[in-house]
Amino acid sequence: MKIVVCVKQVPDTAEVRINPETNTLIRDGVPSIINPYDLHAIEAGLQLKEITGGRLTAVTMGPPQAETSLREAISMGVDEGVLLTDRAFAGSDTWATAYTLARAVEHLGADIVLCGKQAIDGDTAQVGPEMAEFLGVPHVAYVRKIQDVGEKGIVVQRLMDDGFDVVESSLPVLLTVVRELNTPRMPSLKGKMVAKKAVIRKLTLSDIGAEEDSVGLKGSPTQVRNIFAPEAKKDRKIIEGSNEEKVEALVHALMESKCL
Amino acid sequence: MFIRVNAERCSGCETCLASCPYDAIVIREGKAEITEMCQMCRSCLSVCPEGAISEIKEASDSKEKEEGRGVWVFAEQRDGIVAGVTFELLGAGRRLADMLGTDLSAVLFGASSSDAAELLRWGANRVYHCEDEIVRGFTDEVYAGLLSNMVDQYGPEIVLAGATPIGRSFLPRVAARLRTGLTADCTSLAIDIESKNLLQVRPAFGGNIMATIVCPNTRPQMATVRPRVMKRGEYDAAKTGEIVKVTAEGIRIRARVIETVKEVSEVAINLQEANIIIAGGRGVGGEKGFNMLFELAGALEGACVGASRAAVDEGWIPYRHQVGQTGKTVSPKLYIACGISGAVQHLVGMQSSDIIVAINRNPEAPIFSVATYGIVADLFEVLPLLIKRIRETKGK
Ligand SMILES: Cc1cc2nc3c(=O)[nH]c(=O)nc-3n(C[C@H](O)[C@H](O)[C@H](O)COP(=O)(O)OP(=O)(O)OC[C@H]3O[C@@H](n4cnc5c(N)ncnc54)[C@H](O)[C@@H]3O)c2cc1C
Ligand SMILES: Nc1ncnc2c1ncn2[C@@H]1O[C@H](COP(=O)(O)O)[C@@H](O)[C@H]1O
Repeated sequence: MKIVVCVKQVPDTAEVRINPETNTLIRDGVPSIINPYDLHAIEAGLQLKEITGGRLTAVTMGPPQAETSLREAISMGVDEGVLLTDRAFAGSDTWATAYTLARAVEHLGADIVLCGKQAIDGDTAQVGPEMAEFLGVPHVAYVRKIQDVGEKGIVVQRLMDDGFDVVESSLPVLLTVVRELNTPRMPSLKGKMVAKKAVIRKLTLSDIGAEEDSVGLKGSPTQVRNIFAPEAKKDRKIIEGSNEEKVEALVHALMESKCL
Repeated sequence: MFIRVNAERCSGCETCLASCPYDAIVIREGKAEITEMCQMCRSCLSVCPEGAISEIKEASDSKEKEEGRGVWVFAEQRDGIVAGVTFELLGAGRRLADMLGTDLSAVLFGASSSDAAELLRWGANRVYHCEDEIVRGFTDEVYAGLLSNMVDQYGPEIVLAGATPIGRSFLPRVAARLRTGLTADCTSLAIDIESKNLLQVRPAFGGNIMATIVCPNTRPQMATVRPRVMKRGEYDAAKTGEIVKVTAEGIRIRARVIETVKEVSEVAINLQEANIIIAGGRGVGGEKGFNMLFELAGALEGACVGASRAAVDEGWIPYRHQVGQTGKTVSPKLYIACGISGAVQHLVGMQSSDIIVAINRNPEAPIFSVATYGIVADLFEVLPLLIKRIRETKGK
């Protein structure tokens, strides 16, 4: 069985802030990490590989330095890393990213494609399902448990607002995974050695047979018009006094505004 | 359109590097260079002291677009009950349709004809209704296939759906198939007067920044909209309109739901509908602390318990209770935040609540900047008093 996991290198968003004066992002010293959801996708791929005896390939689209993420994936046990890198991919939105990744997955061949639920920089959660459409395969989003997997099909649990659905799908299939699915393993010492020496395969636009009009900025229907800092409300009122007085004042205020 | 560095002007000062959210600028041979990671966010344009970074427009940017007709709202239902976000979408959709001088349609898969009629009273001029057995439950392939076919046939200008598990799962397939843009999880929508394009505002980078997204050259313009941030449309019992029947035929299903399991945690399910939410964070200290919050919720009618991600990550309370960027967005009448610092990712999920009470022992905690009433104190001292005081008032 061939399994492909899509990983994205992202800035650690917990540390990204906006400079309110210039409306630009402050990124000094913000480290790049593997998108946290993708670590769960890697772990799922490793477990599927162990069950089915398949081969697991990690794919990322990004600049040359995204290679680090692939080596990290290999240190966890992934068999091969593939980097999609080409100047033509510049400015891709989710549509163009999904298109490009889909062409690469077709090129590599896959029975199961795994993605994180969303990437923490954009939080769009669109690339997975869009990719499935380009690949012409079904998808199941928000997978929180893989119940069964065989040569022909897979049974998974999909997390919903009010519980979960058990979904059965034929293969090939694309899954996007949530954090509840598993606990990603730490890289082993041996894995780190392997990763250091691993050869990362690089693929460009022509290697994957993608159309130039469908990738990068040209292939992207959406554009970012501007970015700005979120605004916060400013009607703050601190209630003073002893704890008893504070509670009394609060209950009084809440009764006044008919909250109680 | 693309961003370019004028190598002659560039001094190699590296000022621009930090401005780029995507790590798309590198220094090569002493000059800045924009790499393929560039997302055209324009953050770097204003920072260069030499004015060496500029935006180059190409002639092909003004590609002719087909003018679409009408604003569409996808009316999601589960178990025959139309989701609350639908009425918010109808409110937003009505506003956009009026600004564009076009009409508003709802698309309902499943549910009953009385539900369809109800959507007309909530402001739709027309409802496209599919009552086939196959759309009663949600399957990505059927929903995506049917909606794409309908868009091809009727050519709407704008298509909106709720940013719910269902909307966010199948709408990307529709956008992929139609070769058009989709903006995820929008928190505000407007029309640009000049270009008539839809301005879609959404949080990114975990809520640390907001971005305005446009889809200038393709139609329809599609967006999923976060539940509970927009106001519901107006309800008019006398309103009528057209109901158009549609059928779903010949769509292949390869992934099907074989079982649906409801995890009824009564409190959590109702989080988004609750009038009062008592939320706890890391400061609550553990399950015992949360029992105190449940006690307070029990003393108030229609109250639910919410939580910050830190509390969920600690395993003190299930994920379903999480409020914020990666949890639920809520806007109750009263939100009481106990031991929550007020990280921006938490704030985006609750700051549109009518009244916010913050209980935190650190006066510098950012939660106080959104609080209507702030109490700087130890929650373990204040909450028992509050529970007692509320029981007294209710007892009367
Ligand atoms: C991509 C991304 C998505 C995220 N999504 C979410 C999300 O959806 N929801 C969310 O909540 N967070 C989210 N976070 C996490 C967020 O950044 C914060 O880490 C989190 O909200 C902090 O939770 P907290 O306020 O409970 O904990 P802390 O920040 O640790 O704050 C605890 C507070 O309790 C106070 N306290 C301690 N003891 C007491 C006491 N005895 N009495 C009174 N006060 C006390 C302290 O003064 C402190 O202010 C996200 C982060 C990222 C990067
Ligand atoms: N540039 C990329 N390279 C590889 N995988 C990606 C890329 N962008 C997105 N993905 C995958 O798609 C998922 C969802 O991303 P997003 O739609 O951007 O939130 C991620 O968790 C990844 O698995």
